[in-house]
Amino acid sequence: MSTTNRVVETTATWVDDRIGAGKWMKKNLRKVFPDHWSFMLGEIALYSFIILLLTGVYLTLFFNPSMKEVVYDGSYAPLQGIKMTQAYESTLRISFDVRGGLLLRQLHHWAALLFVASVSVHMFRVFFTGAFRKPRELNWIIGVGLMTLAILEGFAGYSLPDDLLSGTGLRIAQGIVLSIPLVGSYVSSFLFGGEFPGTDFIPRLYSIHILLIPGILLGMLTAHLLLVWYQKHTQFPGVGRTNKNVVGFPLFPVYTAKAGGFFFIVSGVLTLISGLFSINPIWLYGPYVPDQVTAGSQPDWYIGWLDGAVRVIPNWETVIFGYNISWNILLPALIIPGIMFTLLALYPWIEAKATGDKREHHLLDRPRNAPTRTGLGAMAISFYGLLWISGGNDIIAQAFGWSINSITWTIRVLLFVLPPLVFVFTKRACLGLQRRDRDKLLHGRETGIIKRSPEGEYTEVHAPISQKERAQLLAVREVDYTPIEAGPAVDENGVAAPKKGRMGRALSRFYFQDRVVPATDEEIDEGQHHAADQLDTVRQQGSITTGSH
Amino acid sequence: MLRVVGSESQVSDSTGGELEPRPDHNPDLGPHELRRTDTDPRAAKRAERQVAVMFGGSIVATILFVVAFVTVGNTDTITIPLIGEIGAQNLTLGLALGLGSFLVGAGAIQWARKLMSDEEIVDERKPFASDSETRAKVAADFAMGAEESGVMKRPLIRRTLLGAMLLLPVPAIVMLRDLGPLPETKSRDTLWRKGSRIVQSVSYKPIRPEDIPIGGLIAGAVPANLPIVEEEDGNLNERAKAAIILVRMAPNEIRSQQIKNGDFQGILAFSKICTHLGCPIALYQQRTKHLLCPCHQSTFDLADDGNVIFGPAARRLPQLAITVDADGFLVAADGFQEPVGPSFWERG
Repeated sequence: MSTTNRVVETTATWVDDRIGAGKWMKKNLRKVFPDHWSFMLGEIALYSFIILLLTGVYLTLFFNPSMKEVVYDGSYAPLQGIKMTQAYESTLRISFDVRGGLLLRQLHHWAALLFVASVSVHMFRVFFTGAFRKPRELNWIIGVGLMTLAILEGFAGYSLPDDLLSGTGLRIAQGIVLSIPLVGSYVSSFLFGGEFPGTDFIPRLYSIHILLIPGILLGMLTAHLLLVWYQKHTQFPGVGRTNKNVVGFPLFPVYTAKAGGFFFIVSGVLTLISGLFSINPIWLYGPYVPDQVTAGSQPDWYIGWLDGAVRVIPNWETVIFGYNISWNILLPALIIPGIMFTLLALYPWIEAKATGDKREHHLLDRPRNAPTRTGLGAMAISFYGLLWISGGNDIIAQAFGWSINSITWTIRVLLFVLPPLVFVFTKRACLGLQRRDRDKLLHGRETGIIKRSPEGEYTEVHAPISQKERAQLLAVREVDYTPIEAGPAVDENGVAAPKKGRMGRALSRFYFQDRVVPATDEEIDEGQHHAADQLDTVRQQGSITTGSH
Repeated sequence: MLRVVGSESQVSDSTGGELEPRPDHNPDLGPHELRRTDTDPRAAKRAERQVAVMFGGSIVATILFVVAFVTVGNTDTITIPLIGEIGAQNLTLGLALGLGSFLVGAGAIQWARKLMSDEEIVDERKPFASDSETRAKVAADFAMGAEESGVMKRPLIRRTLLGAMLLLPVPAIVMLRDLGPLPETKSRDTLWRKGSRIVQSVSYKPIRPEDIPIGGLIAGAVPANLPIVEEEDGNLNERAKAAIILVRMAPNEIRSQQIKNGDFQGILAFSKICTHLGCPIALYQQRTKHLLCPCHQSTFDLADDGNVIFGPAARRLPQLAITVDADGFLVAADGFQEPVGPSFWERG
């Protein structure tokens, strides 16, 4: 023991003498992180990324990103003697002739699927709890950038093996590039080194996939984490939790063990999945040949919504002065996703415009306490979900024996009808839940005890709520906004009010016109005393035992 | 907060302004509740053993990984209920490595949950904004720096620097020029010429009209000189444009075709490359004469000009006029009359 202590001490002194690490450690060794299951979603994303880096480096040792054609003579019998590119051939070699190669390839692919999934769900968490509000808008923007790059990186990665499925995906991507007005043909010719497929693209995509995008991802991810560290994590409201403190467990030892351990859990589970379940079995697809295709071609899940948008759009195309504008491609593949991601990135500012709130927010919202935001989020998810379903319209048609035309038309209609309905429904549900919370604050919780008065009237007895619950419910008062209203048309000095701010006021009305007025302190005190008295009377009568709630 | 002057606001308006919670509404953390492992030494000992078993299990799993790496062959398979027959190597390596990792994690978390302190601690947050004094000092320092540099006084320097910086990225863009040749009109041209013999796409066998019964289909055909071109260029570019499909219907079933008498005894040839995003189209419904693209479900009516009848494609499938040569094999009567494949800006 004493030897260990001495070693630790000597090392610590050595380091501190040189870089003064002690000051930093003093501040951060016991840094507090709040605890909540939903805070693990971002951790899952981080750990999948680390697994992607590790497995990716391993795969580069064997993968040969070349489009030179060779004849396969490896150990997978069905493809022996078939002409294929070295990219495909080396992927087969990794899968069949390198021990553990298939495991790491599948681990890389499963980790990529989980990476984009956890990034998305993490973003939902941040959105629905309002964690993007001041002072965290910058980190929100970085997060949106990370998600965009994650999708691109995933697409680049699964396009590399040059199998029939990924080649078809690249052909579609090239078609999208061609549709860019004015420069499409040029961009395509430069990207592919001439015509499609050419022999340049896979090597180029390879440097993008293993160097360029991961480099940017790594940089942005570091900035993302540094900001979380520096700004301290948000926390949910509760006893002892205020906007000015952070309550939780220390980095060392609790979070070192929990977060460190969680890394091994994520990689363990991913490795088990990769051992048990095959993913992207490229040997079944065969090498890419541009005049062959498999029916039911499906991209990885995170490309599904884009593919669905491309499927669902009507076949609009305009020819002006002999030039061609392919709306049927531009709209779903570039313009609509562009608008969606721009709105996503700007959301913190849109909401801040409606609230007019300039305060810092470190306490998270329960989604119900921000009904319009929650409604908008649910609306966006339903829109995205419909596009995603549209991406599988052929699978659905086959599975249920429905007409693909009817499915496509149904989705076209639903894209306009469903999201607004989801918005209204979600917002109403939130307001309803707020009303219930308000009742709880005022009258306490329902005990399940029915009291009969001498007059024969039956009433349910309410009990005061716990301090913990009260602290959670009261948080709604922090974010109770009223619509920003216009001042008097002419102020007391006779100066006309500026017309400016009309848009902001309309936005504010849209957000906060419907609101549940939170209970005031006086109302709460009165209600809770009443509940307590009621319960006491019942207990004194002794005839009824307290029902569990 | 942008509220109307004089109106009552729900929340206070300065940066960092708060509703201060009443002490009885948000009291301090309160007494810490002890776990069994805090009070009962036997429970603590049990937790300690659990953690050690998990770490020990990880050691065993890692050793098993090495054993499996050395002993299980590439082609060994194993049958598992529900999942079916799978590669034994991938399975054993995956299970061993997965467990090895998982058990380290599970052990660490069990350790943290049961044995490390679970008493919550509190850190204070400080507002991020610097105080006004600091801000003023920074502003003054900046103004002084700007003044000392003379950047405001000397617009000539400022403007030339700006111009230089704006131009500097130009080489980076110019240097991308040699990534590929100019597109020219290559996408309008295919290998098909008058008299090009039509051969099967994989076997390169020439095709006679009688090879295709009425209602029949040849899902992939290419010009006979494609293999030579592919060999020369070492790529698949021409195949990506030249691929066609052949269908045969009773001549009276053809309602309309793009090229007058472009068929040969009811055999029609169409580009196989979807006019939407370039996927090869493969799904032919013999009864309706509809051809469906598997990528985005654009549907073309081959009995009626190859027109789009559903889906996102905006243009009909180009038809290739065909006939037979002296040896009785199908050949192209001419090249394609319009560009094949996806639309592009200059296509018109």
